[in-house]
Amino acid sequence: MDFFSDYTLRVVALGSGVLGAAAGALGSFAYLRRQSLVGDALSHAALPGIALVFLLTGSKAPLPIMIGAALAGWVATVAVRLVVRRSRVPYDSALGMALAVFFGFGLVLLTQIQKRPDAAQAGLESFLFGQAASLLREDVIVMSVLGTACLILLGLLWKEFKLLSFDSEFGDSLGRPMRRLDGIFTLLLVVAVVIGLRTVGVVLMSAMVVAPAAAARQLTNRLAPMVVLAAAIGVFSGVTGAVLSSMVPRLPTGPTIVLVLSTIVVLSLIFAPDRGLLWRWIKLGRLQPAAALDPVLMHLYALAQQHPNEPDHGHRVGVLRTMSPVGADVEQALEDLLNRGLVHGVGDELWAPTPIGRREAERAIEAQTEMSS
Amino acid sequence: MVANDTPAMEVEDLTVAYSDQPVLWDIDLTVPAGDKMAIVGPNGAGKSTLIKAAMGLVPSVAGEVRVFGRSFAKGNGEIAYVPQRSSLEWDFPTDVLDVVTMGTYGSLGWFRRPGNAERDRARAALEEVTMGAFERRPIAQLSGGQQQRVLLARALVQEAPILMLDEPFQGVDAPTERAIVAVLDRLSDEGKTVIVVHHDLQTVPEYFDSVLLLNVRAIESGPVAEVFTEDNLRLTFGGRVGVLAQLAATVNEG
Repeated sequence: MDFFSDYTLRVVALGSGVLGAAAGALGSFAYLRRQSLVGDALSHAALPGIALVFLLTGSKAPLPIMIGAALAGWVATVAVRLVVRRSRVPYDSALGMALAVFFGFGLVLLTQIQKRPDAAQAGLESFLFGQAASLLREDVIVMSVLGTACLILLGLLWKEFKLLSFDSEFGDSLGRPMRRLDGIFTLLLVVAVVIGLRTVGVVLMSAMVVAPAAAARQLTNRLAPMVVLAAAIGVFSGVTGAVLSSMVPRLPTGPTIVLVLSTIVVLSLIFAPDRGLLWRWIKLGRLQPAAALDPVLMHLYALAQQHPNEPDHGHRVGVLRTMSPVGADVEQALEDLLNRGLVHGVGDELWAPTPIGRREAERAIEAQTEMSS
Repeated sequence: MVANDTPAMEVEDLTVAYSDQPVLWDIDLTVPAGDKMAIVGPNGAGKSTLIKAAMGLVPSVAGEVRVFGRSFAKGNGEIAYVPQRSSLEWDFPTDVLDVVTMGTYGSLGWFRRPGNAERDRARAALEEVTMGAFERRPIAQLSGGQQQRVLLARALVQEAPILMLDEPFQGVDAPTERAIVAVLDRLSDEGKTVIVVHHDLQTVPEYFDSVLLLNVRAIESGPVAEVFTEDNLRLTFGGRVGVLAQLAATVNEG
């Protein structure tokens, strides 16, 4: 089969590419905001919306179905917010509950619909695991318009979304409307999820949000390259998965895309320079033991502990020398500590730690205890 | 400073509650312009909450905040905020210069991207905290002290007349502590007002002009020499009197 001349394949590939780009780019911010579960809840919660729209209109036209799915997803996020605010249920549990309740309700509706002797319902179950081959030209047009709109808005609100993800409290202190921006971001995420429902399916759509971001984060330390890379990974796995599943009979698209994605993620987790497991393993092999605490400062601190009432009680160099290993250059060490502002002379050959020096010593002890525990 | 100068900040009857539990109770506070003030109190006293509530970052049940005599509104560039370092996610994919440039976002407005002018301001601020050589360093690779200096630089970029810092000396190394103190001194010399949530009682007399002793209520506030007394510390911190008595004694001697 010739890919570029096959009309259906091109439609399928374009649709999957658009959704991969939108989900990958927006998913990067969701990932950085530790909201990966939100994508999962949103997509599962969309199912009853899809079923209800079909029950009401009897049609599977893309726009009404997507609006229904988006509304259901939005209701789910509002419900989660209400539960978190009004009760002691933590955020992730509330998300999990919303996911289960909405998805369960959607499955019940879907089973009821399928019992009807009505030919129009055929294919509705493809919303569960996705069937890219069933994409029509009008589906892809709607997906492309919405996906492009998402990406343009993301570009326009780039610095606001960066603030929202890195330090939204600081954004608030600058007078930027962070709550409204949070709402806009959630809306864009809903749209990105909804445009993928027919292709990837509600069950696995969250992988399109999370996985490209996770892989891209491994490969770069900067935001713009991460978002572009995540979008590219989304496009690649979306197109590959959709085309594969269209060519092999009865191969659902969602699981195929997820398999491609998982391969990329696993490879990046292992081989990514700097952050990858392999890299860390090599680095760990070379790792030196933690730098020794400055022994003279620690001795002086220990001595100062004997005189808690007199922070400036001086201690003799001779005492420090007996506490140090034979041959250690205690004078040189004191000189260095003096230059760093950690000790001060309080008389002839008498030394005491400064407040900063005391704290430095306390911190070193804390760090030591943490490491050994 | 002229005696009848308008105070930089006046807080009146500020009360904050989390789910009906008062966290701050009826706080009155006046911070003179050009003052370096420490906010001191035990854990859970509401120190961070106070500066956040004063800036409108957490909702308050009651109270009024005036800045230079006018009712305070977020986003007019009068207060620059340095949050607690540990409250941030430092594994975020960005570099030092980009974080400091965020200080210019308030004046940029919608849809405008930071350009060379903004980045130059950010570079100048980085030089002030001796982090000029680190502008391209990913923030995930910074030490605690370097992170703190980056956050201070981000606030300096805002060129606000008032700076509020939440525990800037928490877990930083000695050179960073000295660098921060030097910057705060310079700001104060330029007539800017600096308000710092501070946890180290020993350095209060050395670093600050005035102090607010806080434990849900404002116990006392004013110049360090007048307010930082054994009695007030006991009222603020309760039980651990022994240590505090010594501390107040050494302060009063010095």
